[in-house]
Amino acid sequence: MPEPTDNAAPYTTVIGLEVHVQLLTKTKLFCSCENRFGAPPNTLTCPVCLGLPGSLPVMNREAFRLAVRAATALDCTIAEFTKWDRKNYFYPDLPKGYQVSQFDLPFSEHGQLEAIDPKGAFEPRMVRILRVHLEEDAGKSMHDESAGTADSRIDLNRTGTPLLEIVSEPDLRSPAEARCWLGELRLLLVYLGVSDCNMQEGSLRVDANVNLHIPKADGSLAKTPIVEIKNMNSFRSVERALTYEVVRQYEEWQATGKELGSAPKQTRGWDDAAGITRGQRHKEESSDYRYFPEPDLVPVTLTVDEIAAIREGMPESPRALRKRLEETWKIPAYDADVLVGQGRALVEYFETLARLVDDGKVASNWMQQDVLRTLNEQGIAIDAFPVAAAGLADVIGRVKKGDFDTSRGREIFAEMIASGRSAEEVVAAMGIAAVGDDELMALCRELVEANPKIVADVQSGKQQAAGGLIGQAKKKNPNVNPGQVRGLCLKIIGELPAP
Amino acid sequence: MQPLELSAIDLVAAVANGDLTAVECTQAALDRIAALDPGTNAFLHVDQASALAAAEAVDAKRAAGKPLGPLAGLPVGVKDALCTRDMPTTCASKMLEGYQPPYDADTVARLRAADAVIIGKTNMDEFAMGASNENSAFGPVRNPWDATRATGGSSGGSAACVAASMSTVSIGSDTGGSIRQPAGLCGVTGLKPTYGRVSRRGLVAFASSLDQIGPMAHSAADCGLVLETIAGHDPLDSTSLDEMVPSYTQMLEEPLAGIRIGRVPAHFGEGLDPEVAAAVEEGFRVLEAAGATIHDIDLPHAKYGVATYYLIAPSEASSNLARYDGVHYGHRTSEPCRSDAFDSPLVEMYCRSRAEGFGPEVKRRIMLGTYALSAGYYDAYYKRALQVRRLIRQDYLDAFAKVDLIGGPVSATPAFPLGEKTDDPLAMYLLDLYTVTTNLAGVCGISFPCGFTGSGLPIGYQLQAPALAEPLLLRAADRFQRLTEWHRRRPPSA
Ligand SMILES: [Zn+2]
Repeated sequence: MPEPTDNAAPYTTVIGLEVHVQLLTKTKLFCSCENRFGAPPNTLTCPVCLGLPGSLPVMNREAFRLAVRAATALDCTIAEFTKWDRKNYFYPDLPKGYQVSQFDLPFSEHGQLEAIDPKGAFEPRMVRILRVHLEEDAGKSMHDESAGTADSRIDLNRTGTPLLEIVSEPDLRSPAEARCWLGELRLLLVYLGVSDCNMQEGSLRVDANVNLHIPKADGSLAKTPIVEIKNMNSFRSVERALTYEVVRQYEEWQATGKELGSAPKQTRGWDDAAGITRGQRHKEESSDYRYFPEPDLVPVTLTVDEIAAIREGMPESPRALRKRLEETWKIPAYDADVLVGQGRALVEYFETLARLVDDGKVASNWMQQDVLRTLNEQGIAIDAFPVAAAGLADVIGRVKKGDFDTSRGREIFAEMIASGRSAEEVVAAMGIAAVGDDELMALCRELVEANPKIVADVQSGKQQAAGGLIGQAKKKNPNVNPGQVRGLCLKIIGELPAP
Repeated sequence: MQPLELSAIDLVAAVANGDLTAVECTQAALDRIAALDPGTNAFLHVDQASALAAAEAVDAKRAAGKPLGPLAGLPVGVKDALCTRDMPTTCASKMLEGYQPPYDADTVARLRAADAVIIGKTNMDEFAMGASNENSAFGPVRNPWDATRATGGSSGGSAACVAASMSTVSIGSDTGGSIRQPAGLCGVTGLKPTYGRVSRRGLVAFASSLDQIGPMAHSAADCGLVLETIAGHDPLDSTSLDEMVPSYTQMLEEPLAGIRIGRVPAHFGEGLDPEVAAAVEEGFRVLEAAGATIHDIDLPHAKYGVATYYLIAPSEASSNLARYDGVHYGHRTSEPCRSDAFDSPLVEMYCRSRAEGFGPEVKRRIMLGTYALSAGYYDAYYKRALQVRRLIRQDYLDAFAKVDLIGGPVSATPAFPLGEKTDDPLAMYLLDLYTVTTNLAGVCGISFPCGFTGSGLPIGYQLQAPALAEPLLLRAADRFQRLTEWHRRRPPSA
């Protein structure tokens, strides 16, 4: 029995996710049409993906390679022998009348991926993965039911693009866990370069299965009927929909007492604007897809050596990367999570910076405060950031050396970002130059001599009068450090004979 | 010189050395089609202008001194199940009436590249489903030997157009006997190559794991000539074999001495027409005379061949034909689709379009296949059929360990009267008895004339060989034809 996560709730929430991810291949899964989002409708098609009579599929090896990479990163067992099956159903955006998918022998099974909240809102949750398989995507139907015309238009650009289906076991115990797990899954797939996981463009789609386990007074467990939620177009809506659905199911159970098995699995659609799930029309019976082996394709075999080679070629996972950043650069888990969450290129920038300034924490602070803020403000990725890590390291080095203070350094960095110039150039243009100790001492002596009134005030106990000296010092040399001027002046006055 | 009296090998040679022009050959075929085809109905589409243009291009090439392709000037009829970018491809179905593909089938492209002249698209059973060519939405083909009789099917038009010398050779497709059976009933030679030997790309699919394109001609040697062009690896067909294509016509000289030919006693049981039995037995004698030895063998699971075939082929067909739904191309109902009797207007459109577009046999097989694949029946029917298919395959492997070839009848009877079996689907299915196992096993087979009935109808003899043993298969059939004259007979009308 799964343990409850929320001690306050009189039930355990049980969530399983089914995630579809479009793979980043140049071409479609079974033809050489371009795999690209956003082209004019029906311009990326050929006889194969249009399902024209006589056309035959040929598997895209690159798609299969990416799929195996993803499954390997998800700790799945990779099958040495896998085959394709046809899933038969009629729909206008499915021009062949069947989808080439994998049924009884998926290329991978039995994986796992952990959801860890960096803020520690819940205990780390290891989620088992039932299977990962590869299939072709369908096209898109656009229904225009305005004015009673019920006009439907079909775009087959997406038809036949490679789609990875990842099915988790029902191991998640809260909507927040589900959201966190999805975030980790997306990050992993983006790090692997297998998908851009853009939910708005539909390259990552999530369906959620949820029900409740409610302990009853007699000690037995009531399980509510499983509901599948569809139409969620962001991770936030996944969390919201699940949160809504959990409450709805509990209330329904209290009202009806209906348990799993007494009602068929229900599909509900999430209405983001209304913030509710709505029951969708039942498909007649449960669909019989009449799966059978796809006779137009040959089975795919991988040798143990090939599987091992893929495993060896795996890049560092986000999880391993976080751990390494924490240990190597002595930064807090929260910092590592933020940096890794921004993607591999930003982490590389950070690590270069940390190496150059030889201080992970300082580098991380600058990344979070200045670099990330600029990226957010300008809506750009790190690749488009105008200042290289060496440039920022230059600024940090000058601050550390005491050429100027941190706030001055940030002004300089902002100017470097705006102008694209180097720290050296900006410092010169702003007339900033380090003030030597002798120079500063001479200036302070000059000021003390020229201001007997202020000196007298200080000597009579009014230390704040020294502020006047600082103002004058800044006028004479804008690069002076006010704190240093104040300290030096007070020291000189203190050494004067008492009046 | 009468071009259509020549073998394909001689015609190609005559064009190459200038004794005939491609235009003369093409015109001869077109003239004959104009004269004979109204009575035969072998062609669904003939485009005189484009055929002559293709022939002129061949002649111009020769005139310019450019090298000619190996089939230069050869008139070819192509089964209407193969896609042609310049001609409709209907599969003899109302569903695809007027449909013109945007691409050429691999076989069609290879024929064109070899300078053959595609004379037209030949009639067939709708979507290649049938054994009499009576399931064509555009009328049956009449047997050139007796116009009241069927040609067999499904490549009936391809068999008849060669039999009546309306083209020198033709292309058919064979899923369970659809080349060999009509070849046998029409007195021509038809070759079903090894599965994967000829690319299926552009062949409108009936049953993908069984379909295979092959040549039909007056002789085995001519079949070999055409196979040299159409066979070969196609990287765009995943099931295409990546094996070298031998020069079949250069491998016919070696005698048959020492070749072991299997004879299956069960083939000569009940149901086999006595005249057919006698002619086929005589066929064994001819091969024996050529130096082969005859050995009785057993294919213990062959008796389940028809049952197995009629589960696997319809199952695949039910899926392959799902694309004809009225949405993107092909027939769509003109009914308004607003009836309450359907789940939705979309479902009504599907149902009406398919009900109107498909003929009864196609519907029957879609239903058979849908049933066999359904949850709860899959294990008992489709899966069991796959298991039996493996046993049949093993039977062939075992048999070919003992013999080099297997001989026997193609069909139990000679050509039957049109309409005789149309009300009895089971009788029609049994016509495939001797041919389906070749497809289930994925091996190759050839059918050629071995005699005539007293009433003058041709009788076919079938030889089967292991996968990729086409050189031996053609050599044996060619040797048979060097020793007999049956394949030289032409129908009285011709
Ligand atoms: Zn395509």
